[in-house]
Amino acid sequence: MTSQRVLTGEHFINGDEACTEGALAAGCNFFAGYPITPATEVAETMSRRLPKLDGTYVQMEDEIASIAAVLGAAWGGAKSMTSTSGPGFSLMMENIGLGVITETPCVIVNIQRGGPSTGLPTTCGQGDIMQAKWGSHGHYEIIAISPSSPQEMFDFTIRAFNLAETFRIPVLIMADEVVGHTLERVTIPPAEKIKVINRKKPTESPETYLPYKTDSSLIPVLPNAGDGYRIHITGLTHDERGYPVPDAETQEILITRLINKIRKNRDKIIDYEDYFLDGAKIVIVTYGSSVRPALKAMRDLREHGVKVGLLKLNTIWPFAEDLIRKLAKKVEAFIVPEVNFGQIALEVERCASGQAFTKLISHPGGGIHTPQQVTDGVKKILSDLGSKRKKR
Amino acid sequence: MKQKASKKPDRHPKDELLREDRMPHIWCPGCGIGSAFSSCITALKKTGIDYDRLAVVSGIGCTGRVAGYLNLDSFHTTHGRAIPFATGLKLAKPEMNVFVFSGEGDLFSIGGNHFLHAARKNIDITVICVNNMNYGMTGGQVSANTPTGAITSTTPYGNAEVPLNLPSLAAACGAVYIARWLSLDVRRLAESILEALLKPGFSFVEILAPCPTAFGRRNSLGSALDMNKLYKENSVIRNGVHPDETVIEEGKKMVLGKFIDKERPTFLDRLSKTSELKSTAWPKKEMAAQR
Repeated sequence: MTSQRVLTGEHFINGDEACTEGALAAGCNFFAGYPITPATEVAETMSRRLPKLDGTYVQMEDEIASIAAVLGAAWGGAKSMTSTSGPGFSLMMENIGLGVITETPCVIVNIQRGGPSTGLPTTCGQGDIMQAKWGSHGHYEIIAISPSSPQEMFDFTIRAFNLAETFRIPVLIMADEVVGHTLERVTIPPAEKIKVINRKKPTESPETYLPYKTDSSLIPVLPNAGDGYRIHITGLTHDERGYPVPDAETQEILITRLINKIRKNRDKIIDYEDYFLDGAKIVIVTYGSSVRPALKAMRDLREHGVKVGLLKLNTIWPFAEDLIRKLAKKVEAFIVPEVNFGQIALEVERCASGQAFTKLISHPGGGIHTPQQVTDGVKKILSDLGSKRKKR
Repeated sequence: MKQKASKKPDRHPKDELLREDRMPHIWCPGCGIGSAFSSCITALKKTGIDYDRLAVVSGIGCTGRVAGYLNLDSFHTTHGRAIPFATGLKLAKPEMNVFVFSGEGDLFSIGGNHFLHAARKNIDITVICVNNMNYGMTGGQVSANTPTGAITSTTPYGNAEVPLNLPSLAAACGAVYIARWLSLDVRRLAESILEALLKPGFSFVEILAPCPTAFGRRNSLGSALDMNKLYKENSVIRNGVHPDETVIEEGKKMVLGKFIDKERPTFLDRLSKTSELKSTAWPKKEMAAQR
């Protein structure tokens, strides 16, 4: 196994492996996980690669331990990551909340499969999208990104680490089985072309330093363990000193900041690609493995003169709500194909707020949409819109 | 007598490791955690380790508050998960001495699985467990270490379960250092915590501590002083006995002492060796030589 961190060149690898290489290129040096299909290849690749890069790979006893170790390692100064799928993601929820409230940078990869429960271990699902946002108790904001190809698994994993280090929050990579298991060409650029962001360290003296005091960015500058600041980090509601203060006032200050840290920085976080939005009557909103059938459907429809555009969400949380609101004033309908029974579609519908129709094209999991299903969905809404107009 | 120049009140020698701005603490009068905490500070001072190289991790519960009162890099985590958090911290920063200080409900009821595997892997951390035989913080519910027949708020007719014997469990999983003391045994306890902190590998110290407010009150064990007397009179020191002989049972004295102190390569020792090995076949002769 190579001791080269960034494997610059062309590779024929799957999405899970590309994700691992992205993590390593971003500086990941600690991985704790528990094997689970269809995310196992992330752990396997890490177990081969990390020991040769002076990193640490450890297989834990379950996913609760994995995420706990990832948080502990982050405070030890590591760039840490774990990977899992639905059942393990469910087990991680409590400690994701700990990561949010203690503002711990780390990356959690969820290669989604069909659920609920053991569901479809080896095939695709996108049923964990709302869980990514709401799964841990209490109210919080999170960052979740959504790659749609092995190349994006590489590129977006680097971005996930950069976002985690910048905003001091666990960043979720919400991929799915099809993205994780697709084998195709992945281009890894030279190391010097890869932008890597590392967390800021405090410069103030430990005597006057307040760990959770922030400037207008709302992001605290925190030391690692062993830096001489002797910090106290707790999952309890805490003040600027990091000390627990169990009252409504401290809760308001802390939770408002944690929410606004993401909401007010959303323009720096949200990423999307758009296709033919100008003059579009219908916009397909899509993410993950649904992107490819949706793109094919869009091209087919445009060849037949249908004014359809496409919005590809590279980040799903925070949701691109300003964009959807803006588009809703211009377009007649949004079409949302997703491998669940309506999760992002609910967000689109909320933001469209009655100004444009939202049509879900659901898929129960076990596969992904065919382009034809998306095309049919678009045609159906066109005919519905037509008959509505006639009735008027 | 000469007046002291400074008007500042004298500081206790242990105050340097106490977050004084967090006092008063939450522990009830007579609780055994206080003396266990104090013994821990004695031990920490004696290690000679730079305080900036020490980190404490706690879970949730009365004992879980220890992390908040020690003036070290300190982590108060989720219920039951202090050990895997500490594992990640230690593996990412091996130059730090990482120890877990938490209660038996946290470490063994909800978090038992993590204890097994950290001990088995011989992760180089120390686990200090205050066993007060119930969930004190939430008003005294049954834990995995409540004695059979004892009354708690959720075993109003007596506990039908059998408690875990922690030294046996630790030994079965491969812990390299195992001791048990009363919270009253402040010197022996401090000595054991010191040895455990300096021991490479997974070390474990159990502290039997009275919880007069919840456990003692429900079981008519009297005041804190009465409980300490009861524990003292009903315990015996037997250093070096097999941990299986330390089961706490009705009608038998509670066995205290240092039971295990042995050598075994740590997880990181083995990890650095395996990554140098070229062969991917099993068994590896280099590894098989040492258990």
